Amino acid sequence: MNLFFLQNAVSASSAVNYLPIALQVLCAAGFVALTLGISPFLGPNRKTAEKLETYESGIHSVGNARQPVAIKYFLVAILFVLFDVEVIFFYPYAVNFRELGWNGFLAVLMFVGFFVCGFYYIIKKGALQWED
Amino acid sequence: MFSLEGLTNSLQQWLNAHFSSTWVLVIESLLVILLAITLFAILGLVLVLMERKVAAHMQIRLGPNRVGPMGMFQTTADTLKLIMKEGLTPDGADKFLFNLAPFVVMIVAMLLLAPIPFAQNFQIWDINIGVLFVSAVSSISVIGILMAGWASNNKYSLLGAMRSGAQIVSYELSAGLSIITIVVLTGSLQLSDIVSSQQNGWWIFKGHIPAFIAFVIFIIAVTAETNRAPFDMAEAESELTAGFHTEYSGMKFALFFLAEYINIFIVCAIGATLFLGGWMPLHIGNLEGFNHIMDYIPSSVWFFGKVFFLIFLIMWFRWTFPRLRIDQLLNLEWKYLLPISMLNLLLVTIMAIMGWHF
Repeated sequence: MNLFFLQNAVSASSAVNYLPIALQVLCAAGFVALTLGISPFLGPNRKTAEKLETYESGIHSVGNARQPVAIKYFLVAILFVLFDVEVIFFYPYAVNFRELGWNGFLAVLMFVGFFVCGFYYIIKKGALQWED
Repeated sequence: MFSLEGLTNSLQQWLNAHFSSTWVLVIESLLVILLAITLFAILGLVLVLMERKVAAHMQIRLGPNRVGPMGMFQTTADTLKLIMKEGLTPDGADKFLFNLAPFVVMIVAMLLLAPIPFAQNFQIWDINIGVLFVSAVSSISVIGILMAGWASNNKYSLLGAMRSGAQIVSYELSAGLSIITIVVLTGSLQLSDIVSSQQNGWWIFKGHIPAFIAFVIFIIAVTAETNRAPFDMAEAESELTAGFHTEYSGMKFALFFLAEYINIFIVCAIGATLFLGGWMPLHIGNLEGFNHIMDYIPSSVWFFGKVFFLIFLIMWFRWTFPRLRIDQLLNLEWKYLLPISMLNLLLVTIMAIMGWHF
């Protein structure tokens, strides 16, 4: 953008180029802090025991909410980590594949082959099956 | 002719003429920050109103129509009301994480605004890894959601957060793969490069069928990533009462709400930039007259037009499709969308190596 000082920061890539982002983090945090900060001064604040109780559709809450949840969620998260790493590997290839040509494509095909093997394994293993 | 580029140029000239260079820098950075926050607030107000109006007209009713002309100030009034409400932190909650979660969600939403090209030469931060930045930062928001759900110490919140976490991370895979499809076609991660590569046609037209498949997968994936219906089990008003933000009230709730709508805007802006040519006007082959008329429409109008069209599409989904179950949702992603987008990526790569696109 012509107007803003941020433009000069693009060409090279060093830590100082990310200064605008640091600024943006600061002002975003400031914005949130400001809106949350002024809100108690604008309206009444009367905290009672009932108000501060955990909401459970109008009845008194039963037990602790932090109970173990289904292991499937954990499995999905683990699978995501594995597959997301594979997706990230595609970024450098996607930018450079013109120079790499058919050889590069064959290498990626092999990579995707491994990916599909793993995928086949988790499907056969029933990792994505939700009903027991 | 109105253009944001001319506006910024003349502003810079005026500043340079009147102040020393250090002060120009300071004033400009303050302006950017002010503009970003204003854009943020206005977008939130407009999108919530738009959602309610679209919903109303799809159900053959009028929607908000009392506050201001055609109910235009309804959301402003709602925000004023919310800011005056008491922001409670329940006794059972983890106080620190409970209050940290809105910060995380909002900061992520605001950071994503930076690399988006809003109009010709009008971009806050033109980073050379723009696409990677967007997909990296957008995945942080799931931490905010999990944090909110866990800290609330509420059964509904925890369930909603778990569902939301599983859903967001799953759909990120196919969203990422469909973004890479466009990176393959352009060979650049810089968002301004991607826009300028669409000078002679948008990728959705130039990229043949694979680009269209990628576009459809992208729209489905981002609908799921922003927790919108039909993938809104994370909130599911009728079964989880509000999901991860059940316990949030007052301004903290408003910030979650705002971040949700800003995220919708951002994913639609990314979709418009990658597939629909960003701020590039619509050109049809050799129709000189038509192309000239299209050039007269300012680039910012093109950009916002495309973005709001995509937003309308996502709002339309909400009133068209019934909600999925969590197992159906994960099946859709892992068994259909992921293999399809993987194959599609290989197809695009072959196409680009052979030079089959325009």
